[in-house]
Amino acid sequence: MTAFFSIILRDCRLSWRQGASSGMSVAFFIIVVSLFPLGIGPEANILSRVSVGVIWVAALLACLLSLDRLFQADYEDGSLDQLVLSVMPLEMTVLAKSIAHWMTTALPLIVIAPLLSVFMNMPAEGMWPLLSAMLIGTPGLSFIGSIGAGLTLSLRRGGVLLSLLVLPLYIPFLIFGVMAVDAAIGGFEPAPHLMILGAFTLTSMVLAPWAAAAALRLGLE
Amino acid sequence: MHKFANPARFIRLSDLLLPWLMAVTVILLTGGLYMVFFASPDDYQQGATVRIMYVHVPAAYMAMLGYSVMAVASASSLIWKHPLADQIARAAAPIGAAFTLIALITGSLWGRPMWGTWWVWDARLTSVLILLFLYLGYMALWEAIEDPIKAAKACAILALVGFVNVPIIKFSVDWWNTLHQPASLFKMGGSSIHPEMLWPLLLMIGAFKAYFFVILLWRVKTLLIGRKIRALRMAQLGDN
Repeated sequence: MTAFFSIILRDCRLSWRQGASSGMSVAFFIIVVSLFPLGIGPEANILSRVSVGVIWVAALLACLLSLDRLFQADYEDGSLDQLVLSVMPLEMTVLAKSIAHWMTTALPLIVIAPLLSVFMNMPAEGMWPLLSAMLIGTPGLSFIGSIGAGLTLSLRRGGVLLSLLVLPLYIPFLIFGVMAVDAAIGGFEPAPHLMILGAFTLTSMVLAPWAAAAALRLGLE
Repeated sequence: MHKFANPARFIRLSDLLLPWLMAVTVILLTGGLYMVFFASPDDYQQGATVRIMYVHVPAAYMAMLGYSVMAVASASSLIWKHPLADQIARAAAPIGAAFTLIALITGSLWGRPMWGTWWVWDARLTSVLILLFLYLGYMALWEAIEDPIKAAKACAILALVGFVNVPIIKFSVDWWNTLHQPASLFKMGGSSIHPEMLWPLLLMIGAFKAYFFVILLWRVKTLLIGRKIRALRMAQLGDN
């Protein structure tokens, strides 16, 4: 178990000391969201109608674009081979690295999301549901993303392919993440949607590391 | 199963089966199409547009059958290292993708006069659209990895991950309140379709299924021959 936590700690520390990587995801998130008022037009009621979806889609893309960080650096400098050889099952390593990816990518997005929801004129009653939906849903994005990152690890032009592999699997998170917030804004109970979102995240947490580990073993052959 | 792993034996067997399967396809399709156009009644509400259903429903079944074939073949390739399973999975993908597209297009053509819209974002339509994306991603991954053995394994993992979508498609109409009507053909307590419409539909499903396997065998055969040609070329280059 110490190995598990030390991998999480190591990845967080690496990302923290590189500094730019988490910051870039946040900057990307902010820029994508701020493109929409410029593209759609500044009418407040239209923006507030699309705000939740835009924030979720931008978060999805920010997670997607940072997925190459998950294994790429370790693959290039050879430390991934060492992790595969270590006593801890590769599935647990993948889980630890996905959790670290979530902490360094998605968590900063969640911190900045309230600011963007004000930008987008989102109704205030959607704030807490949005934050809890992102908190519950985004770990699943990292878990599922680890499969795509593992499959495209040794490919030269993996980037676009990665999005083609991963985005279809992200769609359920988007749908229920947005539905939870929309329900709260419309005066309904967001809890059922949040529970389904939680079920997605838990299922992907159990299953995705298996597939990702199989993909990694294949990529390292 | 490993008896059929020998590609030469598989090609001989499929050559034996193909003419029969083609005959079944032609017979079922002519019978089905005749019944669809001349021997089945108009719907009391939908009029003649109901006939789109006889293409739409079988195509949708084949879309899901295609992915299921892919997933089962991928699983047996990963578990038992069956050498033909990769080729079967690879061959099934474009067929399934084509049927998915047909199901989406015919559904859209039917939806325009009936629902008044080409497309709605309900659970059934969305999950079938995701199925199409999954097929496309699967085929793209095959193309992206050069080493065929690695590509087969990576694609098998991806196909199994994507299989979660198939039960979601099947039960989407029960779990959510969709505009798409719930299951009426294969369900508990028997079909709720009138026999006059049920028979042409069943014939068309049979025809589509036979056609699916004709194309599948054909494509597997082509892939095997292609592999052999590549191996021969490489051997020839090695000799020179």
